[in-house]
Amino acid sequence: MKYISVMDKKGNIAVDDNILVKDVLSTAGSHILDGFTPLFSAEAVTRLENKGYKISGKANVGEFGLDLLGETSYYGALAEDGKIKNAAAQVVASGEVEAALCVDLGGSPRRAAAVENVTFLKPTYSTVSRYGVIACMCSAEQIGVMAKDAKKVAEVMSVIAGHDDKDGTSDPKEAYDYSLTEDIKGKKACIIKELLDAADDAVKVKVLAYKKKLEALGITVEEVSFGLIPAAQSAWQILLSAETCNNLSKFDGVKYGYRTSNFKNIDDIYVNTRTEGLGLLAKSVILYGSDVLSKGRYEVCYDKAMRVRRVVTESFKKIFENYDLVLSPATSTDSYAQYDLNDAFDKVFSESKYTVLASLSGTPALVTSGIQLLADAFNENILLSAANAVEEV
Amino acid sequence: MAYEIVIGLETHVELSTKSKLFCSCGGHSEANEPNDCVCPACCGMPGMLPVVNKQAIELAVKAGLMLNCKINQYTTFDKKSYYYPDLPAAYQTTQWFNPICVEGLVDVETSIGISKIGIKQIHVEEDAGKLVHTNDSSLVDYNRTSVPLIEIVTKPDFRSAEEVISYLKTLKSKLQFAGISECEEGAMRCDINISVRPEGSDILGVRTEIKNMSSLTSIEEAINKEAIRHIDALERRTEVLVQETRRWDDVKKRTFPMRNKETAADYRYFPDPNVMPVVIDDKWLQEIKDSMPKTIDEQVERYMALGLSQREAAAIVSEPILIELLDDMVSKDIDVKAAAGWILTDYLGILKKNNIQAKDIALDGEKLAWIIKTAQSGEITRNTGKTVLSAVILENADPKTYCEQNNLMVKTDLDLIKKVVVKAIEANPKAVEDYKAGKEKALLAIFGFAMRELRGAGSPDLIRQILLESLAE
Ligand SMILES: [Zn+2]
Repeated sequence: MKYISVMDKKGNIAVDDNILVKDVLSTAGSHILDGFTPLFSAEAVTRLENKGYKISGKANVGEFGLDLLGETSYYGALAEDGKIKNAAAQVVASGEVEAALCVDLGGSPRRAAAVENVTFLKPTYSTVSRYGVIACMCSAEQIGVMAKDAKKVAEVMSVIAGHDDKDGTSDPKEAYDYSLTEDIKGKKACIIKELLDAADDAVKVKVLAYKKKLEALGITVEEVSFGLIPAAQSAWQILLSAETCNNLSKFDGVKYGYRTSNFKNIDDIYVNTRTEGLGLLAKSVILYGSDVLSKGRYEVCYDKAMRVRRVVTESFKKIFENYDLVLSPATSTDSYAQYDLNDAFDKVFSESKYTVLASLSGTPALVTSGIQLLADAFNENILLSAANAVEEV
Repeated sequence: MAYEIVIGLETHVELSTKSKLFCSCGGHSEANEPNDCVCPACCGMPGMLPVVNKQAIELAVKAGLMLNCKINQYTTFDKKSYYYPDLPAAYQTTQWFNPICVEGLVDVETSIGISKIGIKQIHVEEDAGKLVHTNDSSLVDYNRTSVPLIEIVTKPDFRSAEEVISYLKTLKSKLQFAGISECEEGAMRCDINISVRPEGSDILGVRTEIKNMSSLTSIEEAINKEAIRHIDALERRTEVLVQETRRWDDVKKRTFPMRNKETAADYRYFPDPNVMPVVIDDKWLQEIKDSMPKTIDEQVERYMALGLSQREAAAIVSEPILIELLDDMVSKDIDVKAAAGWILTDYLGILKKNNIQAKDIALDGEKLAWIIKTAQSGEITRNTGKTVLSAVILENADPKTYCEQNNLMVKTDLDLIKKVVVKAIEANPKAVEDYKAGKEKALLAIFGFAMRELRGAGSPDLIRQILLESLAE
């Protein structure tokens, strides 16, 4: 199903179901939030509504946004011809809405935009308030905008971005540069060899076609090597799982959402509610996260992962001393086949190689024409201008 | 064999902040109903983010300064995970890796002298809610959830229950003095770590922890009872001591072990990514230091440096209200010596005469300042000033209006004064005669008459001058 709740049939913005809208069922695709209607709206939603945008409804997402495209939603995933589909990307691609707000946690909206051939921007961490996001990995997740083209993305971004006192990690600036008019001629881009090599042929063709288009606009494109991707993926798996494990603990059947009917005492409420209310991928992430934070494991897992994150971030940002843009695949394939959901944990973390650099380092990523452009923090205008220039050719 | 008791304390104290640690809920102590004082953040709703309460940071720093701690100018918050219905987010935000204050020292006085107790650290954390059990269910009240606490952890430096009790009393008075915590009855909660060892040994014995103690009497009893249990175990092999967590049974007067399940938790601490590290820069730290209340000795010194005598300074410092009043006058550009005179002589005099306590009336500093300034400029006399102050204190009069209505402003009108002087000379022929015969004192009677005519509000200098001129004619 595409919508968990339809709010306004004429609405022009879809909102992923892990972003809160006041008094509207918000489940994050999980049974455990059965019947949960929040008391307040996410800051990004409020800002859009204040500017006259109308929310069409809550788009279905995979449980807590952890999966590839939305296939783990308790409320039924989208699938056609043996392919899995993403709800927000579907309603944007079909023109039902002008744009969608999606939480980029593990790269799900980036993959969705790539396979549906729409545009998605994951902005720099801390530029869009996370107030009202059903959180998993607070140190990385960001609300981003999905739309048909860079222009629409820029328009919606300029409404939702900017400091919010309610988010203690929010960047102090009130507004950011989302202009499409940056002169891109003479800019330098690079392709990370390891990422290109890992993708299938159809994706390689897209990346190389985009390379030609950039070159035609006067951007030089070189190839570089970046050896830290496996390390980044391991750190990512540890950090995402640990934070998610902690953030999902509050769903315990005591206060709201689903509660088991099978209990005699508080321990039963905890165990049975969570056993019955959470899906397999969420459970796997919780177990893994619980392990890496436990006594004796913290130093060798979590603490080490944080140090790896710093090293990866520093090395990745070094690329931007020489280049303005990184051109990369967003996915390993241009469509995802349905798969055995018992394998979701491995699938999700192996597919993270394309999205992990921007997620770990908090830098922006723009998916357009089925490929991904990366830039240094706060350089969204370069991403948007390049994508817009290619679109206009 | 003689044994030595070794004790370390962890004390939880609620900070006197206006709002909770990470949300703007406040006033939980006045909450009438359960869950009166909650918001989506402090009841663990998804989508809410913590915003650190700056005042809680400042109060924790003050606690550190009171206990001679080193302040960590870079301090961070961490998540401590466990499941319990009184903990709505299923984690408590606390400071595990970088506590705000470390390495302190506090003097504790006992019957055998002064002991120095080391403070290992002070950290800030949020309180949990409360469970209310009924016959067939349990209810949760989140009013206390996320109320800011500090936990003050000592080194194992106590050697007797007496030292512990004295420390807790000292702690309470220091925290109250600096406005850090109200330390309400039962609101200081202690965990007591205790072991015994042969006197002279420097190896620590098996340690047990007695959790969640608040009454001083129980703390003293529990320490003594637990020490005897340990010594019996060592001396008479009554039992084998194990490192464990125990509770105090206030009825049976003994400690008993807590269920293992309650203590075996792995809290899975990790840094809270939603709370940015708090950086207390030098400027902020200095502001906090400057806002600390001064000790009595420091206050006396400060006033003597401003120009008061030791006696005056000590008299002012004896009452916080007087300190406040004097500082207020000084801030209004009134000479400290003059202000102290008005406060100590006139203000206190009026209070004493009318049997009023200083704390029972609120003297408006603006009014006192008006009286002092007006008297200093000569627009009212010193005596009139005292009358007006009395009216301000007793009737809450407005001094300016009072002077105008009662015609108390000093008269400098020459014609008026001349008229009054003529009248005074005519009314006192005997005094005039005496004066002219050389009795200078006789002048006072004529002067007094004139002043009375002007209801005490004539310019003394002018009256005297005109009187002398008139008599010389
Ligand atoms: Zn609250």
